[in-house]
Amino acid sequence: MAKPFTKLAAIAAPIMRSNIDTDVIIRIDRLVGNSVRGTLGKWAFGALRYLPDGSENPEFILNREPYRQAEILVTGPNFGCGSSREGAVWSLQEMGIRAIIGSGFGDIFFANCFQNGILPIVVDKEIVDGLAVEVEATQGAGRVSVDLREQTITAPSGKRHSFEIDPRRRTGLLEGLDEVSLTLQRDDEIRAFQVSDRVERPWIHFARKSA
Amino acid sequence: MEKPGRTLLSKIWDQHVIAHIGDDTDLLHVDRHLLHDLGGSRGLLDLKSRKLSVHNPELTFATPDHAISTARGRAGTSKIGQELLAGLRTETSAAGIEMFDIDEPGQGIVHVIGPELGLSLPGCLIVCGDSHTCTHGGLGALAFGIGSSELTHVLATQAIIQRRPKTMRVRFEGRLPFDVAAKDLILALIGHIGAAGGTGYAVEYAGSAMRDLPIEGRLTICNLSIELGAKIGLIAPDEKTYDYLHGRAYAPQGEMWQRAVEAWRQLPSDADAVFDKEVLIDVEKIIPQVTWGISPEHVIGVDGHVPDPQQIADPARRAAVETALDYMGLQPGAPIIGTPVDWVFIGSCTNSRLSDLRAAAEVARGRKVAPGVRAWVVPGSETVKRDAVAEGLDKLFTDAGFEWREPGCSMCLAANGETVSPGQRSVSTSNRNFIGRQGPRARTHLASPATAAATAISGAIADVRMMEH
Repeated sequence: MAKPFTKLAAIAAPIMRSNIDTDVIIRIDRLVGNSVRGTLGKWAFGALRYLPDGSENPEFILNREPYRQAEILVTGPNFGCGSSREGAVWSLQEMGIRAIIGSGFGDIFFANCFQNGILPIVVDKEIVDGLAVEVEATQGAGRVSVDLREQTITAPSGKRHSFEIDPRRRTGLLEGLDEVSLTLQRDDEIRAFQVSDRVERPWIHFARKSA
Repeated sequence: MEKPGRTLLSKIWDQHVIAHIGDDTDLLHVDRHLLHDLGGSRGLLDLKSRKLSVHNPELTFATPDHAISTARGRAGTSKIGQELLAGLRTETSAAGIEMFDIDEPGQGIVHVIGPELGLSLPGCLIVCGDSHTCTHGGLGALAFGIGSSELTHVLATQAIIQRRPKTMRVRFEGRLPFDVAAKDLILALIGHIGAAGGTGYAVEYAGSAMRDLPIEGRLTICNLSIELGAKIGLIAPDEKTYDYLHGRAYAPQGEMWQRAVEAWRQLPSDADAVFDKEVLIDVEKIIPQVTWGISPEHVIGVDGHVPDPQQIADPARRAAVETALDYMGLQPGAPIIGTPVDWVFIGSCTNSRLSDLRAAAEVARGRKVAPGVRAWVVPGSETVKRDAVAEGLDKLFTDAGFEWREPGCSMCLAANGETVSPGQRSVSTSNRNFIGRQGPRARTHLASPATAAATAISGAIADVRMMEH
């Protein structure tokens, strides 16, 4: 069950390159194994964050103060595209990220965020770019606020932007709901569907290897 | 007022709605859940820890592909890879889930075996913890990748919560030029609409070129849907689809087959169906494609030139191109053809089926891999491997200097330790040229099997049309 999300005022780090894929967010070899959770925070953005010798790349924003403390990412277009690996979200979560603001996200990454109590916010590119400019103008000191109940983002200057969110997902985050338990409350409906579907499409339900 | 026609997507979607649960959001029935070694046992263990059981083990199927070695005898599978394989065996067996194990017909890359076994069917809703699940759309299935949490949800409920996507139709019209493959068509489309061009959409591929394309080519087309941002890609089933599926191990038989085909014939989009977006591609203008950068949208014709940042006015785009060229070690404005390579990888859920291996073999026949190039052929499944061996393709490849491997995902995502070394350049028939995808600092160029084989022979990126075969 995910931690509820209501509101947050935090350091925001702009990572504005477009098409940051989930391979860049977390390399696959960090995710091989059943007990990787809890080990991933330091490997997030590995290819950007570390130099080939393993030392920190001083030019990467998350290696600089105050951005090391960032709980919000402001991202370029199509952030989280690529693979379905939920480890990408786990690694961001483990490095303390709670919200991501961008003009668009990979569809599967976007869904995975909600499963882990991270709020991905889609707003117009002009708003994202404006936030990045404002944050950089304060050298990262200017906080960005996100209020899920009010559906607003407040820039360091105090300028407010509202955002849209699927009401079901909003409630899920606000209350930290567990989707599996909620769906299991509808198990009668699932079973009723299957009973009639077995008649309608028996080839789906009785797939057996032919001799 | 007359109701507008319905799309293939909406017909399949509506058939799977268990309950309407919110704005455009439905609880959908999952017909096939495919598990692999990377996430399968984790999901089953997660379920166990919640004291839940698998809702419908008979609709769930498993195979190891990601973390196993593709060396002979599976030598070199890492300790963690072995643990994941053992875990998949134990947990599927305990849950009553059928697993296709290594060395058995049926094992292979999940997106190769689903269609091959007849598990994936038209009108079927398929999920798997892998973004290339869109591949199965080539048979007219509604198929998409899910994350780990959703995977647990599907195991527990045999259902998934989804918001109805917008619809896009891409019409590929015209006759496919010689030596242009399905891979080239879909790469050209990604170059045309961009890596986020399909985000939020389910894409239906249509037009005369899709009708002409054999099923394996359709699977390749749908496979790369996610690289244009669409987690769903699909193609209407037709006689080719039914011919392909008829007699497959898990496809319906006899009278059930007749009933199924009758139902499937109702699935294609109605003539008056309306899509949220339409794209038209003239197939006859497409030539073999190759990527030059770090996103599949960084793609050009093989006779093209790498972009020159100096010629790009938009600062964000210019910076993106500079980053890509720097990572790839390419000169601005250079021709892509003739770029020397260290590796060639023929395999992956995109291009590891029998027809892909045949296309590469046609080019490799009687030739030799250039000195200094390592070239691998990794068949997509045990069945593909056996069929290829029966045709003598393994011998043809090894005589030419290629390494013939065991089926698996291998170097496409390097989860099993099979990597391209730092700084080395690979032409790959896989689906992602992302930073570090084939190994830290590896440089990947995506291309078709024929282009990959021509490159292996030349030792440098080559135009297969210039090579007699």
